[in-house]
Amino acid sequence: MKKPGEILFGPVFKENPIAAQVLGICSALAVTTSLQKTFTMCLAVIFVLAGSNAAISAIRKWIPGSIRMIIEMTIIASFVIIVDQFLKAYAYGLSKELSVFVGLIITNCIIMGRAEAFAIKNPVNPSLLDGIGNGLGYSVVLLTIGFFRELLGSGTLFGFSVLPESYVPNGMMVLAPGAFFLIGLFIWGLRTVFPDQVEDE
Amino acid sequence: MLENHLNILVSSIFLENLALSLFLGMCTYLAVSKRVDTALGLGIAVIVVQGITLPVNNLIYNSLLREGALSWLGLSNLSLEFLALICFIGVIAAMVQILEMSLDRFVPKLYHALGIFLPLITVNCAILGGSLLMVERDYTFGESVTFGVGSGIGWALAIVVLAAVREKCRYSDVPKGLRGLGITFITVGLIALAFMCFSGIQL
Repeated sequence: MKKPGEILFGPVFKENPIAAQVLGICSALAVTTSLQKTFTMCLAVIFVLAGSNAAISAIRKWIPGSIRMIIEMTIIASFVIIVDQFLKAYAYGLSKELSVFVGLIITNCIIMGRAEAFAIKNPVNPSLLDGIGNGLGYSVVLLTIGFFRELLGSGTLFGFSVLPESYVPNGMMVLAPGAFFLIGLFIWGLRTVFPDQVEDE
Repeated sequence: MLENHLNILVSSIFLENLALSLFLGMCTYLAVSKRVDTALGLGIAVIVVQGITLPVNNLIYNSLLREGALSWLGLSNLSLEFLALICFIGVIAAMVQILEMSLDRFVPKLYHALGIFLPLITVNCAILGGSLLMVERDYTFGESVTFGVGSGIGWALAIVVLAAVREKCRYSDVPKGLRGLGITFITVGLIALAFMCFSGIQL
């Protein structure tokens, strides 16, 4: 059995869900054009991941094996609806900007993946920690990419301009290709630090 | 009328490509693009499922969930829009299941060709994303058919192109840490850059 600390912080760097397990990339690229959007998305994902992990592990002994996917899907969808309604009520502009990507947390493979790989066979407390840990790992990658995309793409951070007036924003960073390049380079960096993640093809 | 449909078709294939400009279905896109033939199989499956689920979801949304849609029951102020997410994911899962069973019964050849890819499509966010975009853009039933088929074709095109590039990539000498996932991302970035050249098209 792993220690609580390992469960919580393991997924942040060593078993990072995005870089090492290649899960949940869709939203990682789409919402990182500005830090504010990225930050909201990270909070939403941590909430859904922790909540659904805890809920699924709490009822894991009563879920029949043959329909467990449907049950997991329904639990996850309910948590996503809570987030979606909450954002619509208290941060309407932000929820319009995030558009379909809040709803798409349902099909974010990290959440389903953690439910299947961890929550379904572990008690509530470790599952909750595992959910938060993986959410943090997801957030680290997202915030890093969001930081560079907003800084280089529009010269601002959280909407405040930080680079001097003479800096010409690199428009490619806020467009799709910039996101792909950045995440490719990020993975390269991470794998140079942790060589055991290198793939042999 | 026809112009409008043509416009939606072209823009969903090239301009707003689900995979390359909206980042939808990335997980499967990266995982199943190692060989051209499997990529093609998955691409076709996505076109079929997208072409069926989008119109069905459109019908459900417009005739049951939308505000005022249940006025024939005397519930004119009722809006069930918050249920859209759960309904859509249920429809997608059910559609994939039905498609799988009917293919197995009537076209076993295609069923074996698609194999594991059909169930995988349930968790492909391109499908759910397509439905949510359809709601956001307020498409009519006819438009949703065009958008479904078009966005499916766009996704299939993108994955086949990537698979072709990755097959060639296998013979090249890539830096160690960049091997596998890293270089794939850079490749996708270049493909996305190429697709942006279409962005001038106006119909």
